Amino acid sequence: MEMGELLRPLASQVLATMVRRYGQFDACEDAVQDALLAATVQWPADGVPDNPRGWLITVAARRLADQWRSESARRRRETTAAALAGPEETAAAADVDQSAHDDTLTLLFLCCHPELSPPSQVALTLRAVGGLTTAQIASAFLVPEATMAQRISRAKRAVTGVEFAAPADAERPQRLGAVLHVLYLVFNEGYTATSGPDLQRPELTREAIRLARRLLRVLPGEGEVAGLLALMLITEARRFARTRFDGALVPLAEQDRESWDGALIAEGVQLISATLARAPAGPYQLQAAIAAVHAEAKRAEDTDWPQVAALYRVLDVVAPSPIVTLNRAVAVAMVDGPQAGLDLVATLDSDDRVARHHRVPAVRAHLLEMAGDIAAARDAYRHAARRTTSMPEQRYLEDRAGRLSE
Amino acid sequence: MKYMLLTYGDPGPHARDPLLRAIPETGEWVAGAPLADPGLACTLRVRDGVAETTDGPFADAREQLMGYWLIDCETLDRAVELAALLPGAGTAAIEVRPVMDPSGMEM
Repeated sequence: MEMGELLRPLASQVLATMVRRYGQFDACEDAVQDALLAATVQWPADGVPDNPRGWLITVAARRLADQWRSESARRRRETTAAALAGPEETAAAADVDQSAHDDTLTLLFLCCHPELSPPSQVALTLRAVGGLTTAQIASAFLVPEATMAQRISRAKRAVTGVEFAAPADAERPQRLGAVLHVLYLVFNEGYTATSGPDLQRPELTREAIRLARRLLRVLPGEGEVAGLLALMLITEARRFARTRFDGALVPLAEQDRESWDGALIAEGVQLISATLARAPAGPYQLQAAIAAVHAEAKRAEDTDWPQVAALYRVLDVVAPSPIVTLNRAVAVAMVDGPQAGLDLVATLDSDDRVARHHRVPAVRAHLLEMAGDIAAARDAYRHAARRTTSMPEQRYLEDRAGRLSE
Repeated sequence: MKYMLLTYGDPGPHARDPLLRAIPETGEWVAGAPLADPGLACTLRVRDGVAETTDGPFADAREQLMGYWLIDCETLDRAVELAALLPGAGTAAIEVRPVMDPSGMEM
């Protein structure tokens, strides 16, 4: 096994254990980085130790102690002593697994702490739980490494005083929601990434899926965790169909369904079906269910639109948002005709949240085109093209407008 | 989301503004600098493969581009908040404009 492959999953476990024992998130993170570096130097020469996790914890604790000694001799002397005297990994294997699970979850909760802004939560999660380097995270978000380093160290400082413990029951659903949102943001960042050769972005979608799988192992009973993972799997299955070779976006209706990843779809559909059968449906499960309906249609014209429209209607009640209403309008148009969809879009005209959003004219353009109102559709596509801040979306919308001019 | 903050004002010596230091530490600042006097600029146009330059800035206006700052933050509101910290916010005008993203969602 590659040294990096071996170390990456251990890194977050070791960090979690360190923070649980000693607090001081930022100091622990530095100490764990030192320990990982020591491992990459020593293990290839001396062989991998029998208990790699225990080895890393011991080395990290020693570094932490050194750090504390040099920084302030008196401050935290007791804790340092405790660190050095602390019990090593003596628990039975099953207990270690369980405590590693609990620690991973607590670490996720900490990285997605409400004190932090979502971009900081995302950065810290990828660093501390995902084990990505600052350089990798910076390149994934197309910012200089110095910018990302600042963001991460500020986030580390912000959570450094926070107790390393699972959130209280009362705030747990909200805190879990923040964790899921961060994984969703990581996935979307990767999913929207351009495939051009000039942009080398790490596989954020794979990272998000990996973290969601880990979270599901820890919380197998949480329907929304399973829902989010299923949504990611089914969406990821379309990766190679959603852009043409030259980077142009291909809408769902025109994608080559043969190139969808059947294994990912099967796993996602199986997961969401099993989850919906036992849990009350939350927003991620509903989105996964919608994705599953699309994925099960062999051809675009085979799509079960009444089912999609019904699911969006429920979603618009469970988690109302203008974007859900827009998606629902498309489904409604496929069932009841374009005018029914346009009527639904019109309800957003006075909604400040999407007053300047390009998706409103984009959906309206699509429905006007369906209705045969070509001139109005063309104007709406152009309007949407001016509003979007995405290059491929702008190109797609301009192409649609251009096609209607011929 | 990335935003470009463009400072427009009367050309003149740049004010020394301690507020500038409030930005870099948040992990939102990407790049930026105050610009030299527009009298030092030249403007280039390539037409039919032929490059032509003229002395001076692009626009012959009283208010000139004085500085540019690229930031990466969550919302337009936050971008405006950061723009208010820039040197020149109290004297010049700052245009806050989203930067185009090279990636996009399935439509």
